Amino acid sequence: MMSATMQAETAYEFDSVKKFVIASVIWALVAFSVGDYIAWELAFPKLNFDLPWIAFGRLRPVHTSAAIFAFGGNILLSTSLYVVQRTCRARLFGGRAMGNFLFWGYQLFIVLAASGYPLGITKGQEYAEPEWYTDLVLLVVWVAYLVAFLGTLVRRKEPHIYVANWFYLAFIITVAMLHLGNNLVVPILFFGGSFTHSYQIFSGVQGAMVQWWYGHNAVGFFLTAGFLGIVYYFIPKRAERPVYSYRLSIVHFWALIFLYIWAGPHHLHYTALPDWTQTLGMTFSVMLWMPSWGGMINGLMTLSGAWDKLRTDPVIRFLVTSVAFYGMATFEGPLMAIKSVNSLSHYTDWGIGHVHSGTLGWVAFVSFGALYCMVPALWHRKTLYSMKLVAYHFWIATIGIVLYITAMWISGISQGLMWRAYDENGFLQYSFVESVQAVHPFYIMRATGGVLFVIGAAIMAYNLWRTMRGDVRAEQPSSSTVTVGALAR
Amino acid sequence: MGLLKQHGKLETNVVLLMIGIFLTITIGGIVEIVPLFSISSTIEDVKGVRPYSPLELAGRNIYIREGCYVCHSQMIRPFRDETERYGHYSLAAESKYDHPFQWGSKRIGPDIARVGGRYSNDWHVRHLINPRDVVPESIMPGFPFLATTPLDTRDIVADMKTLAFVGVPYDSADTEHGGIPDATKNAMTDLVAQMDPSADQAATDAMLKRYPKAKLGPFDGRPDKAAQVTELDALLAYLQVLGTMVDFTDFDPGKANAYR
Repeated sequence: MMSATMQAETAYEFDSVKKFVIASVIWALVAFSVGDYIAWELAFPKLNFDLPWIAFGRLRPVHTSAAIFAFGGNILLSTSLYVVQRTCRARLFGGRAMGNFLFWGYQLFIVLAASGYPLGITKGQEYAEPEWYTDLVLLVVWVAYLVAFLGTLVRRKEPHIYVANWFYLAFIITVAMLHLGNNLVVPILFFGGSFTHSYQIFSGVQGAMVQWWYGHNAVGFFLTAGFLGIVYYFIPKRAERPVYSYRLSIVHFWALIFLYIWAGPHHLHYTALPDWTQTLGMTFSVMLWMPSWGGMINGLMTLSGAWDKLRTDPVIRFLVTSVAFYGMATFEGPLMAIKSVNSLSHYTDWGIGHVHSGTLGWVAFVSFGALYCMVPALWHRKTLYSMKLVAYHFWIATIGIVLYITAMWISGISQGLMWRAYDENGFLQYSFVESVQAVHPFYIMRATGGVLFVIGAAIMAYNLWRTMRGDVRAEQPSSSTVTVGALAR
Repeated sequence: MGLLKQHGKLETNVVLLMIGIFLTITIGGIVEIVPLFSISSTIEDVKGVRPYSPLELAGRNIYIREGCYVCHSQMIRPFRDETERYGHYSLAAESKYDHPFQWGSKRIGPDIARVGGRYSNDWHVRHLINPRDVVPESIMPGFPFLATTPLDTRDIVADMKTLAFVGVPYDSADTEHGGIPDATKNAMTDLVAQMDPSADQAATDAMLKRYPKAKLGPFDGRPDKAAQVTELDALLAYLQVLGTMVDFTDFDPGKANAYR
């Protein structure tokens, strides 16, 4: 517990954290809405309206960038800067100026990227679509972020660096490496061409390997290691329990960050990537199941002695359910990384189902939990505006996720089976378009699940906005004993 | 548990922690990426793969701009059903000049690694303008604007020079290794010649010498061809060459797959 004198000494830089929180909520609504729109485009292609700017091909990267970098990135920036300051009992290195630089620089990166794609400005590399000048903006911001984070750690008053910060640090360092490696391009400007186009220095099979070294670790570090940092702070904090096992956190941390890097080739099974590389990717992906579940166990078992909070605290419900989805996705992933399974699943909607159980169930839910924890603390409110709305959000979003992933499991496996089906005369049984027809009802089901997820996020945005304004909804008192007092000091 | 006690050293020293993380995360990438450049059998030794002609390159840039790779893969796997549906499985050599690679990750639509020559120009024109005209159940967006947008050729030479800088042998005198001398000097004449071969036979022959098996226009069937190259023409030139470069009759899979 912090005394008044300690509090006076450490005036945290939370102004930028608050900005990042607001940006996270806005980008969440953008990312989910665009995602749902493109889902409806697949169900009803008329929704492309023959317009270049909103056709599926140009709009999809708007969704993926908004979801990963805009929503995910702002969540990571807000929580990491919140957590590192509080766990170090040190003010952000670089103070308000640094915070503002990071905030506005990062939003600039997002806006440049997302506005470019509908105009046809893209590198054509998945999750690395921003062109070279946008990548440079991110590079500058990221170096500053690393400096700010490290500087704060150096200034810490706590001798030990708390475990959440190991995960955040690994995320920041690895993303820097990946960003540099996969975005090595030559702008055509250098040879007299226009400003907005470039060519990657890698091509073909080497380009493919570099792309999926990058792409899988965008998942592993941006969407996993960083968010495990959130788990390690917000779950023990909200549950008012210590992290289950220090030893486990050490073992799974190093194993996770070592093994994840190797998993990339599982995106390239049975392609022209050499067999030896595929085998490495597969075996390391299977091994990765262990440190992933190590993290899940550590997160879930932290609720030991406090399981009742699942019943009384809807915010904990989000945090804990996210870890359960994390466990599910990190079992499904290694399963799909096995070559024989992958021979069916590759190119199908099963991959999409897997991605969204991870991004919606794990990443988004832990983000929502963190937002519900942080907003009352940052805006000095005793409680959220409404705990009932949190509960509604939880159930609506969960049903949405279940619709989404079930639809994709069915459509994905159907596609895989139909593409390889032979009739009794030894001919391919189905034309490709018959598989497209077959999955149409599941595309509607998926898009409906998406609508629910968007509605849930809108409920959250409303709840958080009212909380920021200091309003409290008159509700039956919850039997929860969790107050925000523990967080708001 | 001594090792775990040692961990305290990392937890109390930012620099050590940072170095520890950095060393840990770089190993996998080095092991999986570097040998792909040093092991020569990674790219199979086959004949026929060549850099894209200026018109094909323009078409490829449109393909990337519209995000076609988001729905269509270009990588046929060595499965019986797949090779029956799409043709010979894809070789690494076939995409060696693709900056960036276009193998794709998803088949919302079919794989198009070997779509070249499968459908007539006319089919492609109709399909791209409104897919449901030729495939009623298709969920592909329509791209009618490609047929009415003139091709912007201002960057063609810069594109080719940049690609040459990153390893595509435009302007290289080393014809033994795929070099195409005077490629950029002749970029515009080659583009026009590919669009309208009837105009100047010598120009067309010169273009085909630089880019064997390039498909000749007119592509979108409009009468006033040489006057107006559209984005649709360029895209068709690209699509119609996909998967057609390698002559598989003398391909030896045993030899090609050794040491993979």
